[in-house]
Amino acid sequence: MNKEIEERKYAMNRRTFLTKSAIGIGSAALATLFGCGNSNGSGAGGMIRKIGGVLGNLDFAPKAKRVIYLFQSGGPSQLELFDPKPLLNEMRGQDLPATVRMGQRLTGMSSGQASFPLVGSPYKFNQYGEAGTWISDLLPYTSKIVDDICVIKSMHTEAINHDPAITFFQTGSQQPGRPSIGSWLSYGLGSMNDNLPTFTVLLSRGTGRKFGQPLYNRLWGNGFLHSLHQGVQFRAAKDPVLYLKDPNGMDRKMRRKMIDQIAALNQLQAEEFGDPEIASRIAQYEMAYKMQTSVPEIMDVSDEPDYIYRMYGAESMMPGTYAANALLARRLAERGVRFVQLYHMGWDHHDNLPVAVAKQAKDVDQGSAALVMDLKQRGMLDDTLVIWGGEFGRTNYSQGVLTENNFGRDHHPRCFTIWMAGGGIKPGITYGETDDFGYNIVKNPVHVHDFQATLMHQLGIDHEKFTFKHQGRRFRLTDVSGHIVKNILA
Amino acid sequence: MDFRKGRFLWMCFGILLIAFACNPSTSDTKGFADDIGHGDKAVPDIIDFNFHVKPILSDRCFKCHGPDKNKIEADLSFVDFISATKPLGEHKDHFAIVPHKPEESALIDRTHSNDPGLIMPPPESNLILDEYEKEILQKWIAQGATYKKHWSLLPIQNSKIGANVKEEFIHNEIDKFILSQLEESPLQPSPVAQKEHLIRRLAFTITGLPPTIDEIDKFLQNDSPAAYEEVLDDYLGRPTYGEHMASYWMDLARYADTHGYQDDLERTMWPWRDWVINAYNRNMPYDQFVTYQLAGDLLPNATKEQIIATAFNRNHSITQEGGVIPEEYRTEYVADRTLTFGKAFLGASLECARCHDHKYDPISQKDYYSLFSFFNNVPEKGLIEEYGAIPEPFIEISQQEVTSILTFINNIDSLEKIPLLVMEEMAKPRDTYILDRGLYNKPTQQVTPNTPEEILPFDGYPKNRLGLSQWLFDEKNPLTARVAVNRLWQLCFGKGIVSTADDFGAQGALPTHPKLLDHLAYKFIADNWDVKKMLKYILSSRTFQQSTNSSALALSLDPDNLLYARAPRLRLSAENIRDNALASSGLLVEIVGGPSVKPYQPKGLWKEKTGGGGGSTAEYVIDEGGKRFRRSLYTFWKRTVPPPSMMTFDAVSRDFCMVSRETTSTPLQALVMMNNPEILQASKSLASSALRSYASLEERIIMMFRKATSRMPNRKEVMMMQDYLQKQQTHFVENVNLAESYLDMNLPIDNPEKSEAELAAYTMLANVIYNLDETLTRS
Repeated sequence: MNKEIEERKYAMNRRTFLTKSAIGIGSAALATLFGCGNSNGSGAGGMIRKIGGVLGNLDFAPKAKRVIYLFQSGGPSQLELFDPKPLLNEMRGQDLPATVRMGQRLTGMSSGQASFPLVGSPYKFNQYGEAGTWISDLLPYTSKIVDDICVIKSMHTEAINHDPAITFFQTGSQQPGRPSIGSWLSYGLGSMNDNLPTFTVLLSRGTGRKFGQPLYNRLWGNGFLHSLHQGVQFRAAKDPVLYLKDPNGMDRKMRRKMIDQIAALNQLQAEEFGDPEIASRIAQYEMAYKMQTSVPEIMDVSDEPDYIYRMYGAESMMPGTYAANALLARRLAERGVRFVQLYHMGWDHHDNLPVAVAKQAKDVDQGSAALVMDLKQRGMLDDTLVIWGGEFGRTNYSQGVLTENNFGRDHHPRCFTIWMAGGGIKPGITYGETDDFGYNIVKNPVHVHDFQATLMHQLGIDHEKFTFKHQGRRFRLTDVSGHIVKNILA
Repeated sequence: MDFRKGRFLWMCFGILLIAFACNPSTSDTKGFADDIGHGDKAVPDIIDFNFHVKPILSDRCFKCHGPDKNKIEADLSFVDFISATKPLGEHKDHFAIVPHKPEESALIDRTHSNDPGLIMPPPESNLILDEYEKEILQKWIAQGATYKKHWSLLPIQNSKIGANVKEEFIHNEIDKFILSQLEESPLQPSPVAQKEHLIRRLAFTITGLPPTIDEIDKFLQNDSPAAYEEVLDDYLGRPTYGEHMASYWMDLARYADTHGYQDDLERTMWPWRDWVINAYNRNMPYDQFVTYQLAGDLLPNATKEQIIATAFNRNHSITQEGGVIPEEYRTEYVADRTLTFGKAFLGASLECARCHDHKYDPISQKDYYSLFSFFNNVPEKGLIEEYGAIPEPFIEISQQEVTSILTFINNIDSLEKIPLLVMEEMAKPRDTYILDRGLYNKPTQQVTPNTPEEILPFDGYPKNRLGLSQWLFDEKNPLTARVAVNRLWQLCFGKGIVSTADDFGAQGALPTHPKLLDHLAYKFIADNWDVKKMLKYILSSRTFQQSTNSSALALSLDPDNLLYARAPRLRLSAENIRDNALASSGLLVEIVGGPSVKPYQPKGLWKEKTGGGGGSTAEYVIDEGGKRFRRSLYTFWKRTVPPPSMMTFDAVSRDFCMVSRETTSTPLQALVMMNNPEILQASKSLASSALRSYASLEERIIMMFRKATSRMPNRKEVMMMQDYLQKQQTHFVENVNLAESYLDMNLPIDNPEKSEAELAAYTMLANVIYNLDETLTRS
């Protein structure tokens, strides 16, 4: 209710403002409209205030201003990375006891198997940091940041297949059609900059499994929210944002002149029709013009010092890699992008897991750890929430034949591991426990909606109050459930 | 402006809603969507249940005291008079509502309480009532707490209106309904729009394409009173009308060229799209059009055409993700058909009732699954198991059929056999059960085909999709015609008389002009569901033909133009914007129908997201030649990675049935118009044809401007453009290499024997014109 009133006020303010300003307003002032607050607060003529999201007063004092979500797409194996289970090594080849499985439904990929041979991790684990956090040998860099992160071993989800599971994580619903987390935040909190999108998306492809599961644009879609809130993909291509680059033969001066010409002609129409939408369009062209400069500047990482490349690893110099995207994420966060969503593909290891998981881990280990350390050394970790994790975990039994050197793991929704850092999350702890089989949660389960509720909370939002009325119903990110995981808050 | 006595309030409050202290018995009842933030709105003298009370009860009370019988708190429900007035509590000694006695009604007591333990709605609901709403409830009880059936379920009334308005403002009955309400405000109807605006408005509303300069000139020169009607009839008779109408229907029918979900493989559904275009063009009555699509296969001696129409119900996504549980997904497909049926034809949001009784509308979970059961008898599988297989059931269309009986299919590629997913009924229908919380593996009570009784009892119809369709088009069905004409109104005015075109229920918006809506619905049925006739009727109204110029007063009193004191200035759709550029520049290839095409899109968008599968949809390969310049409704639609420039202009993803789109204005749209090679090619083509056609600078500029905006530029505009053009040309003359690279866009253009610098400068100006707000809108 309050949100709706706020939204209406927002719409009215915008309209009133535009009506008043339709004639003769400077383009620079207009450019601060529409999801682009004036970052230094010195609006033209005092008239321009930062027009942000619909949430006026936040429900809680926000701990985090922004989010970097390192999504590990495909379902990384918690058993090889974070959650050591020696019992599985001891019981290698024995069948998963029905008392442990307890009727858990299986995917069509392994439901037909005659047996479910248990298999432990071929990789060793050690304890690190003051907290003695368990980390596998596959993640040497992550092992160095354990005292800055909170490892949650008791995540669980409702879906057992990729499409519904990843959609569930990103939108709170297994079926397509709802807004993604970044869109909700853009809608609720607005922007912190005046020349970049509020919600950006970066993709990278893993080396562990070339042919894994795909991604879909709707994962960063705005659902039923205004399309202003959809995620904007930044690509490692000639055009980092689609259609960003001016055509050949056109320099910035010419572009400037062209936009001025468009604005001047539009202005005549605005005077004739008095339609505030025309002023809005003039403003959008100014924002586009700014983006044409600001986006390439962000993408051009050549101004980063050598030690940064050393931190993120050699691959960070290769555009489109996970490491490069991790570095880019920091640059975006630094320049006021509210929500940076990375996706790293290739974690779906139904077979050939021992080789594939090692490659994937190598893809992401150094970049992820560097990002946390880099944010920390810049004093940004305190108000940046970093999340690392996939859409589900993997089974403790082998999918397909278990051989001496090879096995696979099927999807496992009942328990898996993610980690979070910064943004008011308690550092240096491990939260939740799974049983000795690594199959069920025995302590402190965290549902996907709990995770989402906690994320919202850190940004100052009550997930139960933050709703959007669509087709007669008030929708929220957490649907009808979700509890804040208070024990992981600093 | 005349501020007559009694209208003064308008200025005091500056809020539109104030004057709607309406009296339902004497004037048209008004109501508004999203009635929140009431400000200082005055409480009406006579309270109408549907228009004043129901929105409050539904939105703030029904969640715990509404139609969902399993969630009723304190044994109190406000769904009807009897439930709301019954004795409550252990001693049956108090009442939520005592008619005529607000002081004895607990509802009033509790909503005014300051005690967090007593106040309603309770704090944890995050809902509140404002003072206006509390007063409405109080006055309603004082006036007897009368209940009425929800407005959209009441029979359609053939209302007449004897509006006391000036003849000059009346072209047909529609105007009387509009004016009778407008008269309550200080606003006046606007003058008729200038002719250039009118023809552009008609052309885009009917055909989705701009008028040609010849058409504009002809219209300008035709002083006959019938000139407007001649143009209207001309456009309605063109094949481009069917294409344009089909593009809306494709959103509603969630049409795509791929299966959706995980691997999103290609499917062949375009023959159905060709049928839709053709059905519109031969003006198939709406009842027949929908019946074919819902139940064509069940019609006696069903023809192949009728079966092709049923592909409508197979347009939903189908998964190919290895390992899914097929029944879980098959259940989704049936739910999708049910949802589409509700949204598209009943304006009902049914999906709430999938998991529990509807919290706002009289639709129980049993009603939902009874409706679901109509769509549950398709011999289909939940999962496409064999990679790339065509999901059953499907038919094959032969080339021989295309040349004989199915000539509406444009088999441009001369395919031997064209497969098409269609509906089929199992000999023995599946048993359908209520699914607990909507879960496929939690069946409870068995149900049989039925419809929600509150809408219209399902008596005497066959218990299959054909019967459902007969029920839908029963003259007594209160929803079908209202929902359909509302969408036609939306097409003409940008928004419906009910602004929530997909929700006519308790939580949806109220009609701004309920009597007008009924008038149109009644007429639509009386005219045998004649779509073109209805469109012509709406477009012939003076209300449609008004100017869009908005005064400051109109903007402040009625920013959303709910009173229609002016015509709306509408941004064009994604399809229209691209088609406008292609048509005005001469690039458009006008072929009706055929397989979907792949025009330009940035490289790598499909490839970067595939997981290695996908077959023909793994990598986007741009078509050659004319296929690049077909109308946008033919653009290949990959559901998980839809065409990016269309999405930037608010196209919908086609994951689900959608009956309206948002209209936004974003920086990304500016980037598309300035830098998308398609628009640049159109700019070059337009420039080239201007250079070929005219010798003078001014004539060329005028031609380009008119082609894109349909309007003659004024003196000042011509001067501004001329100045810009000359400066750009000087720049290019000095930097010929820039001109060369600017024009290097892989588009062969007839050499007009002009210099590169000249063509480059004209191309830039053409691009400026394509970027104008006016080009992206219709006034």
